[in-house]
Amino acid sequence: MNLSLELMLQLSILVPLIATLVIIVTGHNPNLREGVTITTCLVLIYLVVNLYQGLISGETISVFWWELLPGLNISFDIEPLGMLFALIASFLWLITTCYAIGYMRSHQEKNQTRFYCCFAIAIAAVMGLAFSANLFTLFIFYEVLTLSTYPLVTHAGTDKAKKGGRTYLGILLSTSVAFFLLAIVGTWLVAGTLDFKLGGIFSEDVDKTIAGILLVLFIFGIGKAAIMPFHRWLPAAMVAPTPVSALLHAVAVVKAGVFTVLKVCVFIFGLDLLSVLPTTQFLLYLAGASVLLASIIAMRQDNLKARLAYSTVSQLGYITIGSLLATSSGVLGSSMHIATHAFGKITLFFCAGAILVTLHKSKISEMRGIGRQMPLTMFAFFIASLSIIGVPPTGGTWSKWYLMMGTIEAEQSILMVILMLSSLLNIAYLLPIPFHAFFPNKKGVKGADDEEGKLFITNQIKEAPLPSLIAIGITTLGCLTLFMYPQPLFELATAILTSRE
Amino acid sequence: MIAHLPVLQVIIPLMAAPICLVLKRPQLVWLFSILVSGLAFLISILLLQQVMTSGVISYELGGWQAPWGIEYRIDKLNAFLLLIISAISTIVLIAAQTSIEKEIPKNKHTYFYILYLLSLTGMLGIVATGDAFNVFVFLEISSLSAYALIALGKDKRALWASYQYLIMGTIGATFILIGIGLMYQMTGTLNMEDLSQRLPEVAQTRTVFTAFAFVIVGICLKLALFPLHLWLPNAYAYAPSIVTAFFAATATKVAIYLLIRFTFSVFGLSFSFTTVPLQTLFMALGLVGIFVASIAAIYQTNIKHLFAYSSIAQIGYMIVGFSISTVTGLTATLLHLFNHALMKSAIFLALGAVMYRLGNVQLSSFHGLGRQMPLTMAAIVVGGLSLIGVPLTVGFVSKWYLLTALLEQGWWPIAILILLGSILAVIYVWRIVEVAYFKEPLSTSVPVKEAPLYFLIPIWTLVIANIYFGIDTRLSFQVAEAAAMSLFGGTP
Repeated sequence: MNLSLELMLQLSILVPLIATLVIIVTGHNPNLREGVTITTCLVLIYLVVNLYQGLISGETISVFWWELLPGLNISFDIEPLGMLFALIASFLWLITTCYAIGYMRSHQEKNQTRFYCCFAIAIAAVMGLAFSANLFTLFIFYEVLTLSTYPLVTHAGTDKAKKGGRTYLGILLSTSVAFFLLAIVGTWLVAGTLDFKLGGIFSEDVDKTIAGILLVLFIFGIGKAAIMPFHRWLPAAMVAPTPVSALLHAVAVVKAGVFTVLKVCVFIFGLDLLSVLPTTQFLLYLAGASVLLASIIAMRQDNLKARLAYSTVSQLGYITIGSLLATSSGVLGSSMHIATHAFGKITLFFCAGAILVTLHKSKISEMRGIGRQMPLTMFAFFIASLSIIGVPPTGGTWSKWYLMMGTIEAEQSILMVILMLSSLLNIAYLLPIPFHAFFPNKKGVKGADDEEGKLFITNQIKEAPLPSLIAIGITTLGCLTLFMYPQPLFELATAILTSRE
Repeated sequence: MIAHLPVLQVIIPLMAAPICLVLKRPQLVWLFSILVSGLAFLISILLLQQVMTSGVISYELGGWQAPWGIEYRIDKLNAFLLLIISAISTIVLIAAQTSIEKEIPKNKHTYFYILYLLSLTGMLGIVATGDAFNVFVFLEISSLSAYALIALGKDKRALWASYQYLIMGTIGATFILIGIGLMYQMTGTLNMEDLSQRLPEVAQTRTVFTAFAFVIVGICLKLALFPLHLWLPNAYAYAPSIVTAFFAATATKVAIYLLIRFTFSVFGLSFSFTTVPLQTLFMALGLVGIFVASIAAIYQTNIKHLFAYSSIAQIGYMIVGFSISTVTGLTATLLHLFNHALMKSAIFLALGAVMYRLGNVQLSSFHGLGRQMPLTMAAIVVGGLSLIGVPLTVGFVSKWYLLTALLEQGWWPIAILILLGSILAVIYVWRIVEVAYFKEPLSTSVPVKEAPLYFLIPIWTLVIANIYFGIDTRLSFQVAEAAAMSLFGGTP
């Protein structure tokens, strides 16, 4: 095939959308339907990889679609950060789909057609968001992403799911409508444009107070970045089926949030302006508080998915801090953390889902000794935990390294302490899970003496369904590979600040 | 023929109304009404084209020269309004025959269409005419037929609602008449163009102030501006579904038009906004209206009531845009006029379909409707998203302009209030969504089927328009902006 890069860019958004229709049509035949989904994933990866090669060979890839209102275009333009995000999202979509097929079938979920449909729309939205050339386009896809994931969150249809969905939609829509939109309109009036431009779009003599207010509005408005106090939707979204939590609430949706934050910091404000705004320091501390508090709350959660959710809130705080530090190391660390955290967290969620499907356990207190039954899963859990904490031999090492460098460069010693403290907390809330799974302390197990207690410590191996296991294996390898070969990731991340004049 | 278009626009539906009596058979009358309304739509397109290319069209009724005879004066503003009214009227009429089958006794069907056409005549007349007294005449035509149409509702409370509307509407019309009378007394003319030239000379007299007050209060009664909105929820809720869909999209818009026409053209910008503190007053009333009505909407269990309150809130947005009194602000108002007509007619028609299948529109009847009537519910959801102002729907376009207009003036707090108002819309729309999609269907012996095609076609035409004009804003935006510019043309 000989497609131009411009066409590929458009196709990467349109293909998942077209797939939605095909999925609806083939809905009566599950095998065919899943076949369509997988094919779409593969086509999407092919497109994105080609775009990546085009980008590193130095080509400019941009497309103009439509002028919605005078001066406000829907247009796309690929730059390294968006490329990075698109690569991760499209690759992990394939893995998640494999995992989801195993999960959804063994769980015998209802409305699977709707599930795959909304998933495809969400991915299309992520692609559009990653490649958007201006804030306006980004906002449109941001909202599409919120709406298309709502049916996924409420998939179970129970009262609990409904309540979770209410919080999810309530917070995400409210923040985006009340703050984000206001910030965009404000930016438009102050700067006269919404196009992303390296170094920012504000003129040098812009009123610092107004720009500062806009920055606050942006950070509050991008609810998907889950900065406290706007993080409540993320734990609420955990009522969704695990594949949804894995892809959307560890990768696509939350990363869309921090991606937007990075975009705004680097391409709307520009690092130079960012470092002199009066509100930056306040927001840095807010994000720092978010990191620390979320870690502490995570320790107190007994539900595994809830613990992971709070851990995500905390890790998202790292990325926000990295972008607000306004140093090149900070931006580098943040963008690398988008990738490494994605791999780590998705593995953890996959494991949580595997435990739920195979052993029907969702509480951490019930998971003692399950290492004997699911050794592979728990080993993967261990590796992924290391990546989240940021110790070798996992990819998380690099991103945390650069984030630390960023805090030192910016002379933010308090934040450095916060980041280190939070890493310690990460150890405290993540590592006990695989530890107790492999080395159950009999006395600690509730009712270890009676019949039921013995069931915990069976040696019989009962692993997750094969598709799920393969998915877990791939993402775990991803965590390790990112440590061994961080070069491509590193190059892409450094290119963000150097790519264009 | 082309030269007579301004008057044909009004005369055709007026003459068509009695002809319906001759045709008698409801089916035939229905087709005839669609034809007539379609003709009006066609004329309005031609008029708009003509106005956009060659400017204001002045038509002298019966050949009498302007200040003495009645003048029909079509500029960009009212050409835009004519287009909205006749388009919505035509689309809504397609569903009429199916809808009234279940809601109106058979022997009244012909009368229904006659009243509908008269009401259409009235609205088109109010908009087309350039004569202040003529406005009153058409206002009465449209109002009287509206009272009767609302009273046709099958619910007994429709009579009471109609009576409420009758009292309030009559007070409003009387106020307007008094105002016009006072103006006539001061200037000796009824022609709007003429009035606008003569009023400044006597602007500082108490009589003109009184006239202004009477006219504005009268119009505000008609447009259901908070706190003069009390007649609207019941009138919308108990009227036949078709009537609600038609009125929700057009009736209040006509009143907004009158407000703009009288403040901007007749009394003039400097009188309305500088001499009289209209800006503060309307800004406050608009904002309070948005919040009070949105919160009231959240607590409704009758969905027609819910969206009726939402209409009052949306009028609040238009009034806020109007009270900014800048070109952008007025553009936002006019855009929202157009956009809101699309949203509300789609939603109320879809509610009509629900009414057709279920016999009521209580929230409790919506259980499981997302599965039973997927297309109808999808239409309500898209309409709802548009009300919220989600990108790619028309609601977003008008919200964007309203925000731009507010921020241009540096009114950040008000912009935030406006946005908070639209979060309230999320709440009331989502109450319906949750019930329709997450509750199990009520265990009735007869399964509920999707709405008939005669409903789905107009509903989805409107839904697609909701999305189309949210993406391609050239038509709505250009006309709205041009109209707003021309209204500011006379003043610096």
